Amino acid sequence: MTNEILKQKLSEKFGEQLTEWDEQYGLLTARVQTDTNLKVMQYLYDAEGFQFLTDLTAVHYPERVGEELCVVYHLHNLVANVRLRLKVYVPVEKPDVYTATKIFSGANWMERETYDNFGINFVGHPNLKRILNVDEMDYFPMRKEYQMEDPTRIDKDDEMFGRGGTI
Amino acid sequence: MGRPVQYNTNVKLAPMPEGYSGEGFMATSFDKVVGLARKNSLWPLPFATSCCGIEFMATMGSNYDLARFGSERMGFTPRQCDMLLVAGTIAKKMAPVLRQVYLQMAEPRWVIAIGACASSGGIFDSYPVLQGIDQVIPVDVYVAGCPPRPEAILDGIVKLQDLVHNESLRRRNSPQYKALLDSYAIQ
Repeated sequence: MTNEILKQKLSEKFGEQLTEWDEQYGLLTARVQTDTNLKVMQYLYDAEGFQFLTDLTAVHYPERVGEELCVVYHLHNLVANVRLRLKVYVPVEKPDVYTATKIFSGANWMERETYDNFGINFVGHPNLKRILNVDEMDYFPMRKEYQMEDPTRIDKDDEMFGRGGTI
Repeated sequence: MGRPVQYNTNVKLAPMPEGYSGEGFMATSFDKVVGLARKNSLWPLPFATSCCGIEFMATMGSNYDLARFGSERMGFTPRQCDMLLVAGTIAKKMAPVLRQVYLQMAEPRWVIAIGACASSGGIFDSYPVLQGIDQVIPVDVYVAGCPPRPEAILDGIVKLQDLVHNESLRRRNSPQYKALLDSYAIQ
């Protein structure tokens, strides 16, 4: 199995559901419509042997109005050693994505982590609560509008610590 | 022919405290005797989370040998220890655990913050990291370094021994100490 064959199969099967094809550094990438991500992954799991979820995370693109949050799945066919990256875009006002835990049990904690950091609401997740940050945290810290630095520190404010800078 | 007798002359003895001594007796203040005893038998409780913990492991190993200073063995239970050594980055999620460990220690208890992270958050000026353990528990000695060498950790322990040695027996009952604990909402 190669990227070309996989792309051809998926295009025949799902057609317009998969868009924005890309192949950076040899990793085949496609964008999935928000409501069909499970259908595509189930097909990949059953028919194409993508039975390992390497990674599940999210990216925040504040400049993409209406689709600010992007959930990224890395799938791996361990037999043929082929990898595939799927992306789902959702608006930041309503970040609902269907959970992948029914297909991959390993998605459970990764989705909790993604919820913890980006606030993606994984619909159908059995236990969607914070996993890494403190339970009292009342925001999603990896979203770009929040500063990375600890907001309680006031003594690390000079340029040596990179605070107030642009990088 | 007998074996030549060799005496170990390198034994380090704690100096005798000031006092009035005569034939078969010695009178000194209780403070000094208790301080001397406590100082030379500090039971360490290591709370090691990262690279400073590795340096501390070297400190208690044979090369640097923390036992020379009276801390013979690590006690991995807070109830039996009086010196809490926090070595490493403390995440905010870990802070209640650290506080719980401190609360389980019996008085008198002392705390050393080993390394930049435990002292101030270090390079982790970031939302999940506690910016110094003195935000949740009182600290007696801060050891600088990222990570500090075992010599620096030993220096911190010797500094703490000075504190222990000179601490008044009434200090833990003083209003200042109570105010300190109150500021951390302890008790």
